Amino acid sequence: MADATMSNVLKKSGKEIQANWARDLAATQAGSKGRISAAELEQQSAEFIKLLTAASEHARASDISAPEFKHLREFLEGVSRSRVAQGFSSDETASFIFSLKKPFFAALRVDAGKDADALADQVWRATELLDALGLHTIKTYQKSREDVINRQQREMLELSTPVVKLWEGILALPMIGTLDSARTQVVMENLLQKVVETGAQIAILDITGVPTVDTLVAQHLLKTVTALRLMGAECIISGVRPQIAQTIVHLGVDLQGVTTKANLADALALALKRTGSTSLKA
Amino acid sequence: MEKIPILRMGEFLLVTIQIDMHDQLALKLQDDLSNAIQKNATKGVLIDISSLEMVDSFIGRMVADISGMGKILGAETILVGMQPAVAITLVELGLSLPGVATALNVERGMALLRRKIDADGADVVTH
Repeated sequence: MADATMSNVLKKSGKEIQANWARDLAATQAGSKGRISAAELEQQSAEFIKLLTAASEHARASDISAPEFKHLREFLEGVSRSRVAQGFSSDETASFIFSLKKPFFAALRVDAGKDADALADQVWRATELLDALGLHTIKTYQKSREDVINRQQREMLELSTPVVKLWEGILALPMIGTLDSARTQVVMENLLQKVVETGAQIAILDITGVPTVDTLVAQHLLKTVTALRLMGAECIISGVRPQIAQTIVHLGVDLQGVTTKANLADALALALKRTGSTSLKA
Repeated sequence: MEKIPILRMGEFLLVTIQIDMHDQLALKLQDDLSNAIQKNATKGVLIDISSLEMVDSFIGRMVADISGMGKILGAETILVGMQPAVAITLVELGLSLPGVATALNVERGMALLRRKIDADGADVVTH
């Protein structure tokens, strides 16, 4: 198999390729402002060459999903994840692999001598392999980033939906941040569940912390109000800021049948009146 | 054939839906209930759906229809004990059941029913 040449070259001049590569890496990633040390780069490149040599001995060169490439894949995933943690951008991460091409091709050229056909063939194979490895690195990089985003989203969801009991039979839900479908769903479920548990008659949705209200948000609010009504509880929306009131009217959102108040205090006063409780002041 | 019991409590009727309704059952309930309201000169109907865990658009509409029917026959109808999941489903289906009175549980529903009927009675006296 022609791959023998590649693994031969790697075995023969692996040290030299690695030395050249490490120098290139140090030069190109010098702009990384001390996020990664030269020693670490050196160690990673040495490890990569070692694994690549081992893998190319056995495997068909371009198929990196083969079991022979398992260690190499795992190593790249590790590198990719650490790059994410160190705050590298995706192109900086990818160039770790792609910068190997230059020294590798140089070594292939030395090996092929004057045989241009063989050289072209080898370069093509090497390109295919390195591209596949590079893409794998990027894929892992992106996945790590997405994991971070997903985790943050989950955390945001958890910390932003407390249902508080204000008075006997009165619940309040202070909403903070932009309302999207997923959040509204969680908020609605939480609130309805609490209504069942506490037997509350009135729920106050406080939207003081909601920065903007568009038609979608208004629709989410209306859904919550309707669901509460179906369960036999009343709903008051409080904390409507002047801009939001204007937006709602301009958008033509119909809030008929929904009680709205400018602030939580007014809403609580109204709720107390409706439940027949007397506040301490009265 | 299974049947949803309609219990008479003085001038009120209490319907407790304990099983998941299918379409035929809902139609039969509609029939039975309208007859029972007529027969007993009922002033108020309480439909307890606290055990109902699944609804589709047909059952949702049926529930709305039944309470609308009660009203036409002169009986205040109140839907009590809807589960959160059911409420969310109905809202997502676009069935907001306008005009249907609701309460959190049977106790609250009964209190609301009495208040409504007392208010109606007071109207008659004052006019």
